[in-house]
Amino acid sequence: MKLSTYNFLTSMAIKGVKVGFPLKLTINKKEVVETEFNPTFVERLLPKLDWSAIYGAAQVNPSDMRQKMSFQAELTEDIPAVQPENIGENEALLQKLHHLLFEIDVLEGQLECPETGRVFPITDGIPNMLLNEDEV
Amino acid sequence: MASLWRKYILWFAQEHVDFRISEFESIVKMFGLQFRRLTEQTLKPFWVVEFPNVETAMLYASRSVALRAMFELYAHSRKLPEFHERLRAHVDANRNELAKYFRQDTSFKITVETYNKHFSQREKIEKIETMDYLPIEGPVNLKSPQVEWWYIEFWGLDPTAVPEEPDDILFGRLLATGQRNLIKELSLKQRKFIGNTSMDAQLSLLMANQAMVREGDLVFDPFVGTGSLLVSAAKWGGYVLGADIDYMMVHARCRPSRITQKVREKDESIRANLLQYGCADRYMDVVVADFSNPLWHPRISFDSIITDPPYGIREATEKVETKRSPKDIARTDDMVHYPSTSHYSLQNLYGDLLEFAARHLKLGGRLVCWLPFHREDYDPKMLPQHQYLQLVANSEQPLTGNTSRRLLTYEKCSEYSALNPASIGSTQVPTPSEDFRERYFNNALESRKERRMRKAEQREQGRLEMELRGKLPSDGRSQKCELNKARFTGLT
Repeated sequence: MKLSTYNFLTSMAIKGVKVGFPLKLTINKKEVVETEFNPTFVERLLPKLDWSAIYGAAQVNPSDMRQKMSFQAELTEDIPAVQPENIGENEALLQKLHHLLFEIDVLEGQLECPETGRVFPITDGIPNMLLNEDEV
Repeated sequence: MASLWRKYILWFAQEHVDFRISEFESIVKMFGLQFRRLTEQTLKPFWVVEFPNVETAMLYASRSVALRAMFELYAHSRKLPEFHERLRAHVDANRNELAKYFRQDTSFKITVETYNKHFSQREKIEKIETMDYLPIEGPVNLKSPQVEWWYIEFWGLDPTAVPEEPDDILFGRLLATGQRNLIKELSLKQRKFIGNTSMDAQLSLLMANQAMVREGDLVFDPFVGTGSLLVSAAKWGGYVLGADIDYMMVHARCRPSRITQKVREKDESIRANLLQYGCADRYMDVVVADFSNPLWHPRISFDSIITDPPYGIREATEKVETKRSPKDIARTDDMVHYPSTSHYSLQNLYGDLLEFAARHLKLGGRLVCWLPFHREDYDPKMLPQHQYLQLVANSEQPLTGNTSRRLLTYEKCSEYSALNPASIGSTQVPTPSEDFRERYFNNALESRKERRMRKAEQREQGRLEMELRGKLPSDGRSQKCELNKARFTGLT
């Protein structure tokens, strides 16, 4: 699961959940897949995203300590807490956003509903958002 | 500068004819192209269309899958003498401009294409000879000519009633071919990961054209399956996202569909398909999710939604069941649990789909989806409707004798507002008398068993008649048996 997709997912399908966003992300295993940088696409996607969740995703620590070091150095300081204006002119930030949103692939981990604590597992890079019969 | 409107011949493949006009309209709308269509009868494989300049024409050809090739029209007429007169006049009038194609150092080829009537090679050459007034000076090169002219005769569409004289005679210079090579490139035969209901390459390319997928678009398929629709969308530059309720399918662990394949290979996946066609960069994600219960953030908006929902025939229509009380059997937290699913009627599914599209499409974005139905009860009134979505195209593909499916294209025509009280219940999905699946299996004009019996009877009848004529029935199988018998009796 890429972190851009993470920004789209909510747990509002669960009965009784109002917002269900942002989900709490835990990363057990991730992979960096290099993809072509397309500044126009990043810019077009930004209005569809929630900045606080982008920022939140940049702060997520992989549970594995070894990965943690490199991951944090990479991202934590790169993404500002508040969405800056005129991002379109800031090529360096767009590049970092591209890396964060499209190149980091969460292979194993979980998403947790902020209201009920329901856990959605991520296996082989695919989140399983299916609910059980008694939850819908 | 005044634009130079010119006439072009568009030569279409005579396949999925009903989709041709909608594809054309989608492409010209997508690029905002100006045109004047001079051919009224869109079923004809040769159209004459005017474009303001050659770039416009090329832009159209760069996307069309229905198009075989495009030519710059020199002359056309229904009558042969008039045709030659016009061709001669055209070449005369445009002498200066055309001179470069007729030059001594420019190799050429003339192809004769006749539609609905066969001519021998000799006859075709004779046809070329009738145009000896063309001031061609260059050498012939059949393999890789620098200029290629086409002489086309159209002898109507009905092979049982070929007219005395051709309906149309056209001559033009080959400009570009359509994108039909992609059909072969994306063929399911060579694709890494396919399933029972993977959409064939041609139709999925047509769907992506209907959806007007362009470079950098965000495209979603809520019933992704093996991702066959994502492949074509990604090929045109869309970034693709998919969802499906079937965990095993999304993880490519379901039973293989190829007859020669016993188990799925480890590296089969939707992403692997995109990788195979060189568009792995366009892969966003696939998610295991139940469409009946939306989980997407309200902010997300898609440029297009392309989907082929399950019809309940080859893939089940299902959603997670709603139950009041959990099952009594003890379930520990770490135990794997597969939620039980219940039937998701096509009617509810389309209702949900249109509502989802109305919420999550950008303004002007398109929803492209298939609707199966029984041909005898087709009525335009049965098509699902939504207040915020406008039906812009509707093309039929026959499936079996009495069923077919329609490719519906909806365009979002106004901004969705949940506050508007009129929007509640704005999706109208008329109730068909019966469920598509129910009718397909149980209520056809002739049940499957009856059909089998009738066919067997026919075969038996045929065999008896053959025997009466004094011919010994021998099929391949009995021949083989005889041969084997002969071998063994020979040995002993």
